[in-house]
This record gives sequence, structure tokens and C-alpha cells, in this order.
Amino acid sequence: MFENFDPREGKRLQILNEDGQINSDLPKLPMLTNKQALHAFKIMVITREADDWAVSLNRQGRMPTYPPVKGQEANSIGSLMAVKNEDWFVQAFRELGGLLIRGVPLTQHYLYFLGNEMGSFYEPEKYHVLPISVPISSQLPHAVGLAYAEQYKGTDNITIVFNGDGGTSVGDFHESLNFAGVWNAPVIFYVQNNQYAISVPRHHQTASTTIAEKAFGYGFEGVQVDGNDVFAVYAATKLAANHARKGNGPTLIEGFTYRLGAHTTADDPTRYREDQEVADWIKKDPLIRLEKYVLNNKLITEQQIVTLKKEAKKQAHAAFEEADNFQKESLDNTFRYTFKNIPPILEEQLEQRRELEGGLK
Amino acid sequence: MQALTIISAVNDALMTEMQNDKNIVTFGEDVGVEGGVFRATVNLQKKYGEKRCFDSPLAENAIVGTALGMAMGGLRPVVEIQFSGFVYPAFNQIITHVSRMRNRTRGALTAPMVIRMPYSGGIRALELHSESMEALFGHIPGIKVVIPSTPYDTKGLLISAIRDEDPVIFMEPKRLYRAFKQEVPEDAYTIPIGKAAIVQPGTQLTLISYGSQMKEAKEATALLQKEGISVELIDLRTIYPYDKSTILESVKKTGRLLVVHEGPRSFGVAAEIIAMVSKDAFEYLEAPPTRLTGADTIFPLPSAEHHYMIHTAHIVKRATEVIRYQP
Ligand SMILES: Cc1ncc(C[n+]2csc(CCOP(=O)(O)OP(=O)(O)O)c2C)c(N)n1
Repeated sequence: MFENFDPREGKRLQILNEDGQINSDLPKLPMLTNKQALHAFKIMVITREADDWAVSLNRQGRMPTYPPVKGQEANSIGSLMAVKNEDWFVQAFRELGGLLIRGVPLTQHYLYFLGNEMGSFYEPEKYHVLPISVPISSQLPHAVGLAYAEQYKGTDNITIVFNGDGGTSVGDFHESLNFAGVWNAPVIFYVQNNQYAISVPRHHQTASTTIAEKAFGYGFEGVQVDGNDVFAVYAATKLAANHARKGNGPTLIEGFTYRLGAHTTADDPTRYREDQEVADWIKKDPLIRLEKYVLNNKLITEQQIVTLKKEAKKQAHAAFEEADNFQKESLDNTFRYTFKNIPPILEEQLEQRRELEGGLK
Repeated sequence: MQALTIISAVNDALMTEMQNDKNIVTFGEDVGVEGGVFRATVNLQKKYGEKRCFDSPLAENAIVGTALGMAMGGLRPVVEIQFSGFVYPAFNQIITHVSRMRNRTRGALTAPMVIRMPYSGGIRALELHSESMEALFGHIPGIKVVIPSTPYDTKGLLISAIRDEDPVIFMEPKRLYRAFKQEVPEDAYTIPIGKAAIVQPGTQLTLISYGSQMKEAKEATALLQKEGISVELIDLRTIYPYDKSTILESVKKTGRLLVVHEGPRSFGVAAEIIAMVSKDAFEYLEAPPTRLTGADTIFPLPSAEHHYMIHTAHIVKRATEVIRYQP
């Protein structure tokens, strides 16, 4: 399906260039409609505002460690737009845009990073989203298992799973690709190659030229897309999803992108990367080029964008306050979810803890 | 002498020992250019070059497995696992090979290597960044488990671990990484593995703890002292092989024992110590040996972690109960 974009021939799929122009000499590919492009833009605006707000809240001491997604938004936004709501969405932890496409309330994302377990409570029937996975790439086998389960049940639901370039070094990544290949599982592996795993550059993770080319060793196709181009991300994911839905098995998509912010709010990226590099990538910002596109095509006016950004900021602030005022997890709840039924020895420990805390619950 | 924090004592131990022994190499995620996410290996690459201090790809099992290969090949690897919560993929190498190589080959091949990792909670961290799972390691035959609680001990114990002929899991109390400074000699020195420290001598109660929890244990000891209760505070320092004779000597003197640790209760370090004391100091006991530990629950995310942590007041309370116990 990606014969024209074989990563082994040094090819990368780009549809929307840095100037917001559509590349016209491409073969026919799935395209975002005007309405979809505008939706992608609106979600990207709120993602950016919400993300920036989380970072500044951390500086104010109101938010614990937070991993910014700035610069990478197009990856999860474009790909989540290319699958349907019943398709499983298995997150790593930098897919805020995709969550918003899915309809997950922003409050929930904030709640998680405020350190409340309820932030991982995604109603399964409603969202088909797995919780954030902190151990790198450990979520990949789950995605293959979910894909198997859907195939087993005879649905046409597929699974899309995310990880990062650093995550491609983990055994779970290779084992999952291998299983998916052997089982012909309906799964899309989406690697957000943001060029760094904390301080470690991509070339220290793998000696292969691209991440996408690794797929061929497992018996299926891989493609590298411009991960800052929401059109390219959408097109590749749409093709891969159709392919999986038809029973033709997995695909590996490498989104070539960049983390404009720090790894987390606890990280200082000036220790390991050059300002010039960051400056070069700012020019490739996915939001800037999508903004140019929606303006050039008169899908929105400058004035409407100003209002949209203002509204997005307000929405982010309100969502955070809601999360911050959410009921705190109780002592009982720290015990209650260990098992379906609390065993007597654990009940006794809970009693002792209540007594230590002064009889309060 | 220099005043160092625990994290700078780790760095200083590596700096000093890498100078002394050309076979020492150190690697792990973000260990090279960045100098570790906690700065434990900062400037080592600058001083000793990229062959001796470097970033590895992100894969804990391969970090430990390749370190074992290096150790069998004559090097002395000191690897960093970024957080103890990410060591689990490496359990395969640790249990199936690292701990067994000496026994398997009847001493023909050995595993002189150190696996360093920060552990413990109370720092409002993300999931899997707060646990204290030292008991898992203590249960593996063939490896040593060391946990310092002061800058001085950190340097001396880490150098001992590096020089040890057997594999050592070196768990660093990250809550105390920058909590306080202590005078630390500039030259290399060792503190024996397997030897506990009597932090404060006392007569009425033996209080045993280690690592991050030592902060609250010290505070509780001082508070109890004010109330006229004389506590003998022991810092275990080595989880395995633990210092049986120091513990027994103390309990035989005080007749009362409280063991405190942050990790979960069941099958934990306190269980082991109390079982040993119950047998070997039975006639000396004036109260049931008692433990105050983390619960057998998943470590909560930041907003509820105060429901998990053991606070100074909790230790004082339990200690007072042990003191007041009447048969
Ligand atoms: C198994 C495991 N090891 C180490 C870590 C600590 N850690 C958190 S994020 C990270 C880097 C991940 O890099 P990458 O996969 O490229 O994703 P990115 O953070 O760039 O999105 C590391 C080493 C972890 N979370 N899990």
C-alpha cells in the first residue's frame, strides 16, 4: 500500500509542506475534507493551549511532573481522525491531541497528571482508550492482544498503539511487532519519532536509517511520514487502518517529528541539544502550517482564530480548575482497588492505617 | 574533606573509583552526555571518555545482560537503572544469569557488577517512580542488596560494591538525594557490605530501618528521647546479607524491637528480621517484635501518597506501644 513511499529508498510522505501548501504531484491518497481540516486545527489549538497551561502550572507549583506534547500534536490528531471510535486507542503518554479527538474530556488528562487515579478511568464502552503507560513500550503487547480479541470476536475493529523512538529499543517493541506479524493482527504501531528519548538522540537508539524500515523484518510494511503534517499522518493511518480492517494485518508508521518542549517539566533540554536545532524545528511547527492552510483556504478568518485561541485558553483553565477541585482519593480507595474483594489481611492493614491516621478515613 | 549530598557522593564514588580501576565502565539511559536524570554520573564522560561512560539504548534487560557479559569479559560494569520501577524487564537477566553464574560454573565465571537504582516515594512522582521493592531482590539467592542513607555511607558502600566479587544491587534513597550534606573524604574508602550501623545507642527499644525511611526514624528517635525513652537506632545498610549479630546484640540488650520500612509488609525485610529475632533472641524479648511498614497496596499517585507514607508520628506511636507493652 505504500509502494511509492518505501522508507528503505529514503522516502517520507509529506502532503502539507511548511508553507501550508498541498504537494500536488502525489498519487491519490486519502485526504482530510475541509471540515475535517478545520476540526483538526481547532483540536490542535486547544491541545497547544492546554499543554502550555500545564507547563506553566507546573512552574507555579500547582501541577506535578508533566510531559509536554508541543510540536508533536499532528501525530495523534491526524491518526485518531483516521480511525473510528470503536477502534482501540492505546496511548503512551504524549497523545493529548488524540484523546481530545476521541472526545475524552481535557479534565481527565489534567486529573491524571495531578496524580489522581481517576485520571486513568476511561469508560471502556465510550472511549476504547487504554490508560497512560509509564513503562516505555510495555503497552505494545496489549495492543496486539486487543487486536487479537477483536479479530476473535469477529468485529472489524482495529487497534492503534503509540510509543516513541526510545521505545523502539525495548524488547516489547520487537516482540509485539513479531507477534502482530505472525498473527496477522489488525494493529497499527505508531512511533512518534521526536528525535530524543530524554537526552538520548535517535541515532543512539538504533543503527538503522529509519524506524519505519524495521517493519519489513517482521513481514509487513512500514512507512515514514512527516509527523508535523496532519494530512500525511491522516493519509498513512487511513490506508493502514483499511488494510488492517480488511484482514491484511499490521503496519508500522513512523511519525518524523520533534518535541519542542522539555522531556518533562523536570528536564532541561539545553543540556543536550542546540538552540539552532530547536529554532529550525519551530519553522516546521504543525500548528503554524495548518493555520496557514485553513486561512489560505478561507476555512476560518484571522479574527475567528484570535477568538478561538482565547476560548481555548479559557477552556484549558476551566478544565484544570475542575480537575484540581475533583475529590481527592481517599485512604479507603488506596486499598479498595487492589482486589475485587479485599482479603482479611489487607482489611487489617487498612484498619491499622486508619488508626495511625487518627481514625480518619 | 568535602560536604556532599547523597547524589554527589554517588558521583564522587564513581569519579574516585574509575580513577583507581581502568576496568570500570558505567552506562545506562541518559548516563553519558546528560550525566543521569538525577546527575549521578555527571562529568564522568567528560573525564573518562565515551568508552567508559555512555548512554545505552532504552532497554533495561539488555543493560543488565550486556553488563554481565562485560563482567565475564573482565570489566567492572556499574549500570544505572533510571528508576527502580523500570528494573522489572531486567529481572530475567538478574534472576536467570547474574545471580547464578558463580554457582552455575562452580566459580569459573563470576559477575562482579553493580546495578544502581533510585528507589522510594514521597516525591510526588509519576506512576512506578515511588516504590520500595528491595524485598524482591532480597529474595533472590546470589545477589547482595545495599541501601545507604547518608552521603558518607553512600561513597564507602558504593566503592565496596564496585570492588565486590559478586553482583550488588545498590538502591539509592532518592527522597534523600539532596536532603542534607555531610563531610565525605576525597580519597577512596570502603564501608563493609553486611555491616549495620548503630546510629544512636540506647537501652529500651531497638529501632531498625534503612534508606529513605531513616530520616523519619531519626526524627522519631529524637522525639522519643525527649520523652525519656532510650532508643537504639540501627541503620541496616545492607539488606542481604544482613547483619545478624548487630541486631541480636541490640535486641538482647533492649528486649524490644520495632522494624520500620516503606516497602510493602508481606514477605518484606521486617518479616525476615523479626523471624530471625523471634528464634534467636526469644528468651530476651519483653514485647512482641513489631513492624511498621508500607501496606500491601499499589503505591498511590501523588494526590494520595500521604496515605501510604510512614510519617515520624506513626513511628513514635508504634514505638510507644512497644515500650508500654505488658504481657
Ligand atoms: C522501561 C522504562 N525505562 C525507563 C523509563 C524512564 N523514561 C521515561 S520517558 C523515557 C524516554 C522515552 O523516550 P521515547 O520512547 O523516545 O519517548 P518520548 O519521551 O520521547 O516521547 C525514559 C527513559 C521508563 N518510563 N520506562
